[in-house]
Amino acid sequence: MDYFLQACTGALRLIFSLDAEVVVIVWTSLCISVIASLLAAAVALPAGTLISLNEFPGKNLLLQILNTLMALPTVVVGLLLYGILTRQGPAGELGLLYTPVAMVIGQFVLVTPIMANLTVATVSAADPRLLQTCRSLGAGPWQQLPVFMRELRVGLMAAVVTGFGRAIGEVGVAMMLGGNIEGYTRTMTTAIALETSKGEFEMGLALGILLLSVAFIVNGLLFRLQRRGA
Amino acid sequence: MLHRTLLCLLLAMLVGLNTAQAQDRLRMATTTSTDNSGLLKILHPPFEAQYGIKVDVIAVGTGKALRLGSQGDVDLVFVHAPQAEQKFVASGAGVERLPVMHNDFVILGPEGDYAGIAYLDDASKALKRIAETQEVFISRGDDSGTHKKELALWQAAGREPGGDWYLAVGQGMGAVLTIADDKQAYTLADRGTYLAYRDKMSLKVLLEGDPDLHNPYHVIMVNPAQHPHVNQKAARAYMAFIRGAQGQSLIRDYRINGEPLFYPDVLP
Repeated sequence: MDYFLQACTGALRLIFSLDAEVVVIVWTSLCISVIASLLAAAVALPAGTLISLNEFPGKNLLLQILNTLMALPTVVVGLLLYGILTRQGPAGELGLLYTPVAMVIGQFVLVTPIMANLTVATVSAADPRLLQTCRSLGAGPWQQLPVFMRELRVGLMAAVVTGFGRAIGEVGVAMMLGGNIEGYTRTMTTAIALETSKGEFEMGLALGILLLSVAFIVNGLLFRLQRRGA
Repeated sequence: MLHRTLLCLLLAMLVGLNTAQAQDRLRMATTTSTDNSGLLKILHPPFEAQYGIKVDVIAVGTGKALRLGSQGDVDLVFVHAPQAEQKFVASGAGVERLPVMHNDFVILGPEGDYAGIAYLDDASKALKRIAETQEVFISRGDDSGTHKKELALWQAAGREPGGDWYLAVGQGMGAVLTIADDKQAYTLADRGTYLAYRDKMSLKVLLEGDPDLHNPYHVIMVNPAQHPHVNQKAARAYMAFIRGAQGQSLIRDYRINGEPLFYPDVLP
């Protein structure tokens, strides 16, 4: 019982003492995951909507691939991008490996299929009269897109929130592409992995509690944003 | 209002990422044992303040550190596996391999010492006994400097390690100590990490002092002829610093509970 007690008091101390190191870690995590999620949303929401609304050859295959990509292990994304971003790789010139930018790219790749899939599901579950109305008013696919995205914003926001959750909670990409560099690419999840490997279990769990608190706050903000829009 | 606040926050994030990117940075791959010992936390702040260079530490096993070096993903490696280092330099991947400090490896085990190695003074004989008695042994199994040393000792013992009793866990030094302590098993550890973890575990040093357990650390710059982007200026500054009077005395004076973790090699 000591273990959990220590972890909980440790977490409270971390939150209220605003330890400089922890603040940097939380801020890095937030920056990377928020930017990655927004970029992913900018691609996945329109793409998912268009895929769902239109019939084209290979659509089922595409959906199947998107579904499969939901199961992408984070370490595999890390490995693939590592091969591309390493100095010997095709994008090595850019020197992006072990930078926050590499982590943003990794989380983007990880999260985009998730958001796209949830968008497809949301759009295909929409009231069929919406599409009928659009068509009867003569709206083509590109004009239908903004209509659907506006009408279905509650479901789409859920897709974004899910993607963000995956991004901020993942450790594989952050570790492989970021390198867990203190003050630069150390995120909450890589810090947890590090503390655990050091045998500082209470500190690790305390950071875990902090991570959930941060996610809770971000979700609260998104929820408010959503209700205002409604 | 909420929208605007969020927008400002987002801008701050982008700006933050950019400025961090623009700073002069030295990328150094080092071993988990160096990083977990806490030494770099003492060594780097004065260096960063004096030279205005930020050191990015990527802590991995020695094998991976050398790999990162030969691929040009770091500017400098700071490792402890003499044979692998010599190969690294011979292959042309690294230049200017210079000694920094040393300590030694120790064989840890449960207080009861069921394999009975405590009265031996030869590390490879001790491993042989552990194999014969089939007491649980935790191996790093991650191609790190410590792992390479362990394999060399098995070879000297004329044993191919394997079996139910031999667990290769593929993790860093700290994690291995935690696991070994939990299983009350034997393991090979560098003294630095052992001292840093001693208070958290019950394993004891059962064998030390064998010359085979010597553990030297070197810095090697990644060859700029192979990788033109290597930050030579920063790498040389760093090498000069840790091998200079200030760096060496910081290494000498770094202690945990009054015990030194490393011994400087340039200034005695």
